[in-house]
Amino acid sequence: MKLPIYMDNHATTPVDPRVLDAMLPYFTDRFGNAASRNHKFGWEAEEAVEEARKNIASLIGADPREIVITSGATESDNLAVKGVAWMYREKGDHIITCVTEHKAILDSCKHLEKDGYRVTFLPVDNKGFVDLDDLRKAITDKTVLITIMTANNEVGVIQDIKQIGRIARERGVLFHTDAVQAAGKIPFNVNEMNVDIASLSAHKMYGPKGVGALYVRRRNPRVLLTPVIDGGGHERGMRSGTLNVPGIVGFGKAAQIARDELASESAEMFRMRERLRTTLERELDELYINGDLEKRLPGNLNMSFAYVEGESLLMGINDIAVSSGSACTSASLEPSYVLKALGVGEDLAHTSIRFGIGRFNTEEEVDYVANRVIETVRRLRDLSPLYEMAKEGIDLKSVHWAAE
Amino acid sequence: MAYSDKVIDHYNNPRNVGALAKEDPTVGTGLVGAPECGDVMKLQIKVNAETEVIEDAKFKTFGCGSAIASSSLATEWVKGKTLAEALAIKNTDIVKELSLPPVKIHCSVLAEDAIKAAITDWKKKHS
Repeated sequence: MKLPIYMDNHATTPVDPRVLDAMLPYFTDRFGNAASRNHKFGWEAEEAVEEARKNIASLIGADPREIVITSGATESDNLAVKGVAWMYREKGDHIITCVTEHKAILDSCKHLEKDGYRVTFLPVDNKGFVDLDDLRKAITDKTVLITIMTANNEVGVIQDIKQIGRIARERGVLFHTDAVQAAGKIPFNVNEMNVDIASLSAHKMYGPKGVGALYVRRRNPRVLLTPVIDGGGHERGMRSGTLNVPGIVGFGKAAQIARDELASESAEMFRMRERLRTTLERELDELYINGDLEKRLPGNLNMSFAYVEGESLLMGINDIAVSSGSACTSASLEPSYVLKALGVGEDLAHTSIRFGIGRFNTEEEVDYVANRVIETVRRLRDLSPLYEMAKEGIDLKSVHWAAE
Repeated sequence: MAYSDKVIDHYNNPRNVGALAKEDPTVGTGLVGAPECGDVMKLQIKVNAETEVIEDAKFKTFGCGSAIASSSLATEWVKGKTLAEALAIKNTDIVKELSLPPVKIHCSVLAEDAIKAAITDWKKKHS
């Protein structure tokens, strides 16, 4: 076993060696511009891009012509939200989203609000779910887009996308989903799930960084988008710019592997996640799982270790790469807005750790992580005045804290 | 974020961890911060009433590595000092000793507050 251990696979994933092998020729020998129509270099590149497009489409049950290549999911989210809002401005000016979305969605929506659009930010319940009745009630005749992510990047909670898609379709509203964390990890089919637009990212599925895609439905309904990036009219005019051929080839290979291995891989992620969870719960008291445990990405575990501040825990397990919802670990000095939206108190948000188990993690690593976390939490609880007070039976909520 | 060697040392080998009896008249207890803010420090001192010398100090801290290090260092520094000397410890001294970055200055402020709160508590018992 090699240290440090990487268990932060929601942030990014390593490139699968099979993906890298597929990419390499396209940096040197086959370096052509896929838009060059009059020589072999261009044809070769274009052919490789189209093959990749097929594999990306196939992963989500789409037609290759419905895949628009982008620089990553942030761009895909921007294109989906702004592209629909601008294109359908005559029809309406209202967008519905949810408070636990990725910042690429939330900030795109806020940008549109400044331009005069109206946005409804739906709340979530304490498990992380959007209420479908809330959604139905929020739709007006001016609503042009509903955008709700499939699986959350922090707590891994999977929304009822099929029902949300059905509601959108019944009301004639376009439905976009940020499927970045879901695609390749759980079954995701745009037709079965009534999805019109979907954001994907290569580097979350063992492909390279800097490449993503936007699925844009071609029929029933046909979705039109106003481009965010103008230029040479690449990607059927929806996203100009010379294609990142090696990146796209890598994305295609990553999508193909993800599709072929999805069933066995997700079962293995789930088994390791449960091994980690049950070991921790057996050895430590006062653990709280953030978000629903059932409808959750198989590799995700987001847990609060009460009375142990997240950053100090990370410091104690410094040979393990995971994330914390603690304010101290983020640039904003605010604890996670996602946990806050779930109603997790700031005290517990500060103690949260996100484990993201991925393809290359082993059972040995899971056991090592569990043991390191257990010993560090015990040590820090011995150091924690809050744990001491809680053990003395003091209700921490009733204490008048000097800093408040 | 990279921690200074001194912060790491205090985090790995915190000095004077523990608790003194709160009710003991020779003990002053300071509890500062709030769980919602991500930092709570409890600093306790045992004071000789005759000499006003701090003979022992203990702490427990919920917080980041810098908060743990700041309070650990604070207990080290107050031990053997008179109350007047301990009151003169400034948060900037802690920042300097631990090379705390700007975002962690609040940890040193909290440690200074904890010293003052413990002294205030002890003085209350002796007024």
